[in-house]
Amino acid sequence: MKKLASLFILFTSILFFQNQSISAEKPKFLETDWTFKGLFGKYDRGALQRGYQVYTEVCAACHSMQYLSYRNLAEPGGPEFTEEEAKFIAASFEVLDGPNSDGEMFTRPAKLSDKFVMPYENVEASKAANGGAYPPDMSVLAKARKGGADYIYSLLLGYDEPPADIKLDDGVYYNKFMYGNKIKMSAPLSDGLVEYNDGTEATKEQMAKDITTFLMWSAEPHLETRHKTGFRVIVYLIILSVLVYLTMKKIWSRVETKI
Amino acid sequence: MSDSHYIPKSKVGKWFNDRLPLLTLANHLTDYPTPKNLNYWWTFGGILTFCLITQIVTGLVLAMHYVADTKLAFASVEHIMRDVNYGWLIRYVHANGASMFFLAVYIHIFRSLFYGSYKSPREIIWIIGIIIYLLMMAAAFMGYVLPWGQMSYWGATVITNLFSAIPFIGEGITTWLWGGFSVDNPTLTRFYALHYLIPFLILGLVVLHIWALHVPGNNNPVGIEIKKPSNDTVPFHPYIVIKDAFALLLFMIVFAFFVFYTPNILGHADNYIEANPLVTPAHIVPEWYLLPFYAILRSVPDKLMGVIAMFSAILILVALPWLDTSKVRSAVFRPLYKQFYWILVLDVLVLGYVGAMPAEGLYLLVARIATAYYFIHFLIILPFLGLIEKTNPVPLSITEPVLAGAAMATKSAGENKIENNLKSLG
Repeated sequence: MKKLASLFILFTSILFFQNQSISAEKPKFLETDWTFKGLFGKYDRGALQRGYQVYTEVCAACHSMQYLSYRNLAEPGGPEFTEEEAKFIAASFEVLDGPNSDGEMFTRPAKLSDKFVMPYENVEASKAANGGAYPPDMSVLAKARKGGADYIYSLLLGYDEPPADIKLDDGVYYNKFMYGNKIKMSAPLSDGLVEYNDGTEATKEQMAKDITTFLMWSAEPHLETRHKTGFRVIVYLIILSVLVYLTMKKIWSRVETKI
Repeated sequence: MSDSHYIPKSKVGKWFNDRLPLLTLANHLTDYPTPKNLNYWWTFGGILTFCLITQIVTGLVLAMHYVADTKLAFASVEHIMRDVNYGWLIRYVHANGASMFFLAVYIHIFRSLFYGSYKSPREIIWIIGIIIYLLMMAAAFMGYVLPWGQMSYWGATVITNLFSAIPFIGEGITTWLWGGFSVDNPTLTRFYALHYLIPFLILGLVVLHIWALHVPGNNNPVGIEIKKPSNDTVPFHPYIVIKDAFALLLFMIVFAFFVFYTPNILGHADNYIEANPLVTPAHIVPEWYLLPFYAILRSVPDKLMGVIAMFSAILILVALPWLDTSKVRSAVFRPLYKQFYWILVLDVLVLGYVGAMPAEGLYLLVARIATAYYFIHFLIILPFLGLIEKTNPVPLSITEPVLAGAAMATKSAGENKIENNLKSLG
């Protein structure tokens, strides 16, 4: 029993250690409290709704979120806008539909079932408009970067004057947390850039936290269900293990062998 | 065998069993005499069966939603994660299930190495096991390509390119594997087909693996041949079944922790970026379970020799029953082998670690030393150790060490109890 337990601990720690040692070469990420971490982690509803506002008003100018639909905004575990609010949000975007019975394409207001409207028609158009750099799709971005939410939060606040020995070309900015420290996105956030409806003060840090929470949700829309289900599953397994252990002891008591 | 004269009690049962002896098989499996001193390291066979079935069942459901097309694969995986009912759960179980499968298989293999389970008369079990392990690696590698992320694409490119190292026909083989001139749609569709096929090949080999096991019966921690059935054995059911079930539950708790709380920690972040043939990731790293072999591959400067070294590292295991010359199976009675065994474990862990690091400087040096030691262990240390090692005395039966181990004072009471219990078992 002891051996088995120590084995599990050994292997788990090796795996964790390996993962951490790989990401240890970068500067330490800025720290903030995430509500979605931990055994019972949940998203902060307010942060998600504010995060959506930051996305639409700031990020959406360049970044697409192609795997999200407007209906997701009203689904449980997400920003949980009411259905009316989500419909209203959707209707504020125009999408291309068709062909109609005359064979013509036409535009109409978006519906809940539509995917998020993309700022550019294709990757090439987005590159052409952004000095050759592709603003990555943000649907799964929080899972597509080492460090996840911490990395994105740090990156958004990591803009700084470059050290004297680094020369930057036009349209390239210095960021402490970017791979190679050079980034083609100018600092996207500044204090008071958006005006929050719920009265929260729109500091840089607040906006960074809100948009990161929103991105984490878009990457892991079922995180809350996952945590809840996981807790139940593990409690169930532990109880069953105890019962099976006692049964095993009983059965093996017929044989004089240590177990 | 004890079950050769099994006759079903009911008439229908007898009628059926005379035509297809499934009941004889079931009776054999329940009565199967198993050494009673098996420790928890022996529970991983059952755990591995569970892993295989989990992978097949979750994989079947995923296949209903996945689209094997370079333009749609990534999006279809996101569709599974977002819109399919409990798709996130099924995919996370499948992805982490692969890691759990390898975790279990490594424990299973190293258990065999410690207790000498590969030695006569169990060579065939061992060799089938190696083939299963090879197929597992192939299945895992191809499965990792299917989500069509950056690591999928570039991992596939690096691994398939290994075949181009073969002289003269290498380039042709690589083109044939790809179905084109680079990793592309034909590669994805054939990997998908093979990824679906291989688990069923593994399933067939598992049946052979267990069949071959049931001929000589299980090895045991003492590593001696025992009489079956005897005082040294217990029937498989309920004794081993309940113990396997308990160990499986503990394993499932670890499994569930990964699935529900850190589902992506064993994966690579880059695989959530859709494959792009024009952008190479900074570090191309395989999944953790392939890292030791990746380290061996990279530690040899020459590409062809690196490939040969990597495949030899696995194939050398086939010859293990003959490379190990010791007459004694279990490391318990081999004081020197026991030490070399732990050095080998450490060596493989070191190889795994440097496999995840960039192949340069100190990492490369460590990888080379560890690679050399890996081969030295199997090719030099093991054959000589068997000839020179002075082993400890081996008991004649499993019950003997138990009795000898108990203090003389408690002998009378303890011994009687054992005798009685064993008698009651028949």
